[in-house]
Amino acid sequence: MDFLGINPVLLIASLMVSATPILLAAIGETVVEKSGVLNLGVEGMMIVGAVVGFITAVNTENPAIGFVTAAIAGALLSTIFATLVLHLKSNQVATGLGLTLVGLGISALLGKPYEGIKSPTLQSLDIPILADIPIFGRMLFSHDAMVYVSILIVGLVWYTLKYTRAGLVLRAVGENHDAAHALGYKVIRIRFLAIMFGGACSGLGGAYISLVRVPQWTEGMTAGAGWIALAIVVFASWKPWRTLIGAYLFGGITVLQLNLQAAGVAIPVEYLSMSPFLITIAVLVIISARGNQGAPASLGRPFHASN
Amino acid sequence: MIHFEKRLNPSRITTVVTPIIAVILTMIAGGIMFAALGKPPLEAIRIIFWDPLFDPNFASYSRPQLLVKAGPLILIAIGLSIGFKAGIWNIGAEGQYIMGAVFGAAVALAAYPADSVLLFPAMVVSGACGGWLWAMIPAILRTKFNTNEILVSLMLVYVAESILASVAQGLLKNPEGYGFPGSRNLQQYPSAFNAEVIANSGMHWGVISAFIAVICAYVMMTRHIRGFEVRLMGEAPKAARFSGTSTTRLVVFCLGISGALAGLAGMFEVSGPSGQITIDFNSGYGFTAIIVAFLGRLHPIGILLAGLLMALTYIGGELAQLMLGLPGASIQLFQGMLLLFLLATDIFTNYRIRIGGAK
Repeated sequence: MDFLGINPVLLIASLMVSATPILLAAIGETVVEKSGVLNLGVEGMMIVGAVVGFITAVNTENPAIGFVTAAIAGALLSTIFATLVLHLKSNQVATGLGLTLVGLGISALLGKPYEGIKSPTLQSLDIPILADIPIFGRMLFSHDAMVYVSILIVGLVWYTLKYTRAGLVLRAVGENHDAAHALGYKVIRIRFLAIMFGGACSGLGGAYISLVRVPQWTEGMTAGAGWIALAIVVFASWKPWRTLIGAYLFGGITVLQLNLQAAGVAIPVEYLSMSPFLITIAVLVIISARGNQGAPASLGRPFHASN
Repeated sequence: MIHFEKRLNPSRITTVVTPIIAVILTMIAGGIMFAALGKPPLEAIRIIFWDPLFDPNFASYSRPQLLVKAGPLILIAIGLSIGFKAGIWNIGAEGQYIMGAVFGAAVALAAYPADSVLLFPAMVVSGACGGWLWAMIPAILRTKFNTNEILVSLMLVYVAESILASVAQGLLKNPEGYGFPGSRNLQQYPSAFNAEVIANSGMHWGVISAFIAVICAYVMMTRHIRGFEVRLMGEAPKAARFSGTSTTRLVVFCLGISGALAGLAGMFEVSGPSGQITIDFNSGYGFTAIIVAFLGRLHPIGILLAGLLMALTYIGGELAQLMLGLPGASIQLFQGMLLLFLLATDIFTNYRIRIGGAK
């Protein structure tokens, strides 16, 4: 056993990289759930973002364009869910699952010719001055731009939800859609936009996996990250900054188990690779045992204006 | 202005008609997709839906395959539909299917090479227990700690896949397999082999169990108090609580029955058509069964028909891969689209369309 092979600076640096896709998806889903809709299609939107981002990045040789198209693709896919759930009043759980199945199918179909190619990846961005701080500089301030973008999105979502009128309206719709409707807010339109925002964030998260974390395309490469993002929303009690904590904790566990695998610890690989899921379940149990505080009251309930 | 008006009772006619419309819409959208892939759309649809049953060259092979594929789908979907009716979402049937297979195969491999008529029934019990135990994890967490069963049951699929990979390379590995991962082949172990009951029909014990499950579910949902409680919980949870229905008991019942049936499906698969535990033994039946349950309108007879149709898309899809070089993923997408179209047309069951101004 060689624990000395695990360098704490590198561990934290790679933790931030491994947490970013989940963080992006989770912050998007937080907004969706705050508006009162449960979208279980996160995994599907992530993988479509991953494949679309990868294909455009390879063809344009520009990862930034890859991220933009991935966000658009995620948002477009989420409009299917939004139309079905909001306009055709379909069951949210089943529709979200359907979206995941469709997303996995689309991505496998589109990605087939791109298997085994390496993508252009993001350059790491040394923040001036801060990056020169010993230890912390390398640990926190010399990542690629998307790591900071994801934290920025968390900050923006937090500010918008807490301090702006738009955020207040969104929360009102999620807490009591009938009252919000009676006040004249466009429940359907607000939810539609929230779902599209969630789709775009999931798309970004997926593209981060295929363009930065792995940088390659393999079928089904999100491997449950979307589901973990959903669990992190619950863990975070629907609070933006707590999704950051949740995602980084989870990223830490993932990186640690990968490091333990590499260090050749006498625990079989299969047990290590199932550990993130077991720990997520354990965390969900602890959170829910205290009562799901902060869950939007209208979460998952269908809205029909004429009643 | 088009707007929707809620029906007092779901329409009976549209309940039957909408799945058919959804299938037709999927064929149209699928045809467009096949055309976009540069394949002849009409021919592709014919190969998927018609040739496996009626083409003189393929039908003799594919007709039995229809039952082989439909058996596990129906068995799992019947269990899931009971929970879905009550608003209890077990979406981790894939994991329960894997655990059923592992438990069932473990009994056979432990007994190898003993010869006994009791072995196969023991495997059936063990397989059902494996799936049941795996489903009891989300059930207990939901009832004790109010943990969301959707997320837990799904996470456990990934855990089950890891366990499968582990036992295929360790505990259950074939000692005479020259070091390759994978267990002994149960097809070569007569006491454990889930052979066809009628030769060349595809009718193995799993298919028979699926038919029995359809009948039992039908009787339970229409004639038995438990079926009434399930429907009451789904349609009017408050009324269910006032009438003294125990949520805890119902959650444990619904997750337990769906887990046990998924476990049975896995066990029949590993001892029959598949034959051995391998790293990639599971093939997504647990997820496709969710589509089957919805396509069948959560009704046992509907699920029977939907299971056969979905099995047809599997076999027809394989045929289309062979004949037209259609990518395998397009069939997966086809199945996913079917679920979305079905949910989209669902609105006609519960709502009436009114054209013109609001009343």
